[in-house]
Amino acid sequence: MTLLSVSGLDVHHGQLRAVSGFDISVEEGQTIGVIGANGAGKSTLLRTIAGILIPSAGTISIDGVDVTRMSAHQRVRHGVGLVPEGRRLFPSLTVEENLLSGAYLRKEGPWSLDAVFDLFPWMPERRAQSSAHLSGGEQQSVAIGRALMTNPRMLLIDELSLGLAPVVVRRMYEALPRIVANGCSILLVEQDVSQALAVADHVHCLLEGRTVLSGRPTDLGRADIETAYFGIDAPAEAG
Amino acid sequence: MDLLNAVLQGLLLGGLYALFATGLSIMFGVMRIVNLAHGDLAVVASFLALALVTNTFLPLWAVVLVAIPIFSVLGYALQRTLIQRSLGAGPLATLLVTFGLSIVLQNVLLESFSADTRTLEAGSFATSAIELNDTISLSYIGLFGLVAAVVTIVAIQLFVSRTRTGRMMRAASDDPETASVVGASPAHIYGIATAIAFATVALAGLIFSMRSSFDPSIGPSRLLFAFEAVVIGGLGSLWGTLLGGLALGLTQSVVSHYDPASAVLAGHLVFLAVLAFRPQGLIPARAV
Amino acid sequence: MSGVVVRRSARSSRFGAAGLIAVAAVLALLPFVAYESVTSSLVTLFVLVTIASMWNLLAGFGGLVSIGQQAFIGVGAYTVIYLADHGVSPFVAIPLAALTAAVLAVPTSLLAFRLRGDYFAVGMWVIAEVYRLLLSRVDALGGASGRSLEGMAGMDQTLRAAATYWAALAVTVVAVLGCYWLLRGRVGLALTAVRDDEIAARAAGVDVTRAKRIVFLASAAGCGAAGGVLVIDALSVQPNAIFSVQWSAYMIFIVVIGGIGYLEGPILGAIVFFALQELLSDAGTWYLIVLGLIAMASALFMPRGLWGQVIDRTGMRLFPVGYHLERHVGTGRA
Ligand SMILES: Nc1ncnc2c1ncn2[C@@H]1O[C@H](COP(=O)(O)OP(=O)(O)OP(=O)(O)O)[C@@H](O)[C@H]1O
Ligand SMILES: [Mg+2]
Repeated sequence: MTLLSVSGLDVHHGQLRAVSGFDISVEEGQTIGVIGANGAGKSTLLRTIAGILIPSAGTISIDGVDVTRMSAHQRVRHGVGLVPEGRRLFPSLTVEENLLSGAYLRKEGPWSLDAVFDLFPWMPERRAQSSAHLSGGEQQSVAIGRALMTNPRMLLIDELSLGLAPVVVRRMYEALPRIVANGCSILLVEQDVSQALAVADHVHCLLEGRTVLSGRPTDLGRADIETAYFGIDAPAEAG
Repeated sequence: MDLLNAVLQGLLLGGLYALFATGLSIMFGVMRIVNLAHGDLAVVASFLALALVTNTFLPLWAVVLVAIPIFSVLGYALQRTLIQRSLGAGPLATLLVTFGLSIVLQNVLLESFSADTRTLEAGSFATSAIELNDTISLSYIGLFGLVAAVVTIVAIQLFVSRTRTGRMMRAASDDPETASVVGASPAHIYGIATAIAFATVALAGLIFSMRSSFDPSIGPSRLLFAFEAVVIGGLGSLWGTLLGGLALGLTQSVVSHYDPASAVLAGHLVFLAVLAFRPQGLIPARAV
Repeated sequence: MSGVVVRRSARSSRFGAAGLIAVAAVLALLPFVAYESVTSSLVTLFVLVTIASMWNLLAGFGGLVSIGQQAFIGVGAYTVIYLADHGVSPFVAIPLAALTAAVLAVPTSLLAFRLRGDYFAVGMWVIAEVYRLLLSRVDALGGASGRSLEGMAGMDQTLRAAATYWAALAVTVVAVLGCYWLLRGRVGLALTAVRDDEIAARAAGVDVTRAKRIVFLASAAGCGAAGGVLVIDALSVQPNAIFSVQWSAYMIFIVVIGGIGYLEGPILGAIVFFALQELLSDAGTWYLIVLGLIAMASALFMPRGLWGQVIDRTGMRLFPVGYHLERHVGTGRA
């Protein structure tokens, strides 16, 4: 059953076309990776699906409902959750309050404060701490927890590994299967290609706003990915 | 003894200033805007009370109970229409729009009620006082203002720290876009903040009109008092606003004891002194 | 970061300055041919153009929205009153009024610049009130009830009216050309950089505070001169009137309606304001209500004002002061 379907999506920042003609469909329980270099349009894509940016063309639907004209907060009701680039925790709220902000709509679902604490066991004893004093990995966990508290069916994650040490990145990725197991599909944006290839059922490679390559990680050759990622002829560059 | 009286009266007046400044403080804390029509809205509340008292048989306490919800609804509506739109229309727009509103309100009041000075017949409640001794008497209405300020500020603090909506108010103040991706409409949350601010404006405006006379043009000078209370106390801190209001009331009252003509100027000078020597205010914190 | 082109259209700019001087020359001849009632209402218009241009300089280019510029109007007016008492011709006193206002703007800016954004705006209002309350206490200057201007009694009525008109015209021309000159120089460049990206401008070594302070002083000087013209026109001063926040309302409404950030905006806005004021002059303060509503609508739906519309329709710019950066995207990606 198709959960998210995006077709013919164009998004502009003023004159600049940051995403063009993007299509994707995400089935229930799938993890989809979107990779691409700096400025490829990955964040623009996720922010448009979340409803922060308004596309200039194309449609977005969740579970068969056209949400293209809906604002971000209305899409949360339909099951869209976003872990934004750079975490964007609320600095004047504590860890627990940040998580509870995700429960604003009190939507039914598997995720609650206890379930998030179960996923990230360090959290309970630091729940009262200001979120401004957390390490990068801790902040990322709170941002994920906050998005989960909205009980999303389609979780959008922008740069899970951004600025984190490799060991922390590994721990973050270990959480993903448990999220999927609770009935949630994931659309994961990454610059770290190998991580994305390792967890995704399917990857899209973006270059200057267009999908230049897509397929199952096992079917894609390394050279193809490099070409698509950098937009140059990889062997030529090597030589 | 007279000086002690001046101090006590100053605290009562300061309490009212703090109550009145609370709305300004909230709107700045949540939306980062200064509502320049703040003072005129309080005057509108005074005229509304005047119209209700003279044209209906409602007793004064009922007028208060009617005016506060009317103002809350007005605040919510104003936010969702004018203010929300101005938040998206560039950095100057909120100032220009609220300033325009201020001038429009003043002149509409002037055209409909004339420039005459008015008083609200508030009955025995407004004239009764607790006589402590020969020189010191604390009016009920003055005490009511101070108590209302403290109760209001405590209630708002509890609301923003304990409730779902209050928490989201702080979140939306930090980052409205991220608040929207966890399911809150920033415009709605801002609307609630404005509704609360307007309720306090109505209450303060009514108490002002029970204490002293008013006319359509006094809104701006009241706005300045509220503004000074907020800055003296420290931006974004409601406890600071309470302290700032008390400091301002105290200054005005004590100076007035020696030279009534200098009271307002003295308040302004305290404000400038705070700017010069302690620009972060007395309690620099973020309350809302 | 290749492909950034800096442009300042020169097409119509010479026409703008020359045109202004030509219009001013024609206006200067008016007292010889027109009734005194015409020239006397034009004095009001000139004052409006001047103070609105000063507010536009401050807010539209310096990013400093103030609701307290009446402080400098009042200071200018009182300077003329004071100097006239000491035998200085009121007309000669006008430049000195501008100077006094600029000098007082220095300590004023030291305090007011501690506040940002909306708080600066209201803080300036408090400071204007302080000036009013302080001057109301000076008995030699008439105290709270104000007083009349000395040194004009011996002057012929017609000559006085003409001289007032010329003084007002001269102040306006100097104010508008002064803005133009200031904004085409280094200060204008610094302010443009600040408006585009303040942090980047600071990082690049632009002395942002200095540029803003210069604009603040210039704006104070212009308002001071306008205050001098007002007192010569009215022959008396009253502190509550000369320090009234109404002046800020006028400046703001004119600039917002005319077009903030364009030197042409205040001129166009003042003409519209003046026309409405004359049109609704029998209807009490209704003109302020109407103007307030128009200004609010303009701030929301037409943020570039009437002159922005003119530019969109015709591409015409009389006083081009903005630098137009055109970033050519997509040419320089690594
Ligand atoms: N708010 C904005 N205004 C103007 N241009 C923007 C804005 N946000 C992004 N862009 C431009 O759109 C393009 C795509 O940006 P986007 O942030 O979506 O890329 P990204 O793939 O997420 O990059 P990164 O890996 O650095 O996060 C870039 O050229 C960027 O400069
Ligand atoms: Mg990105």
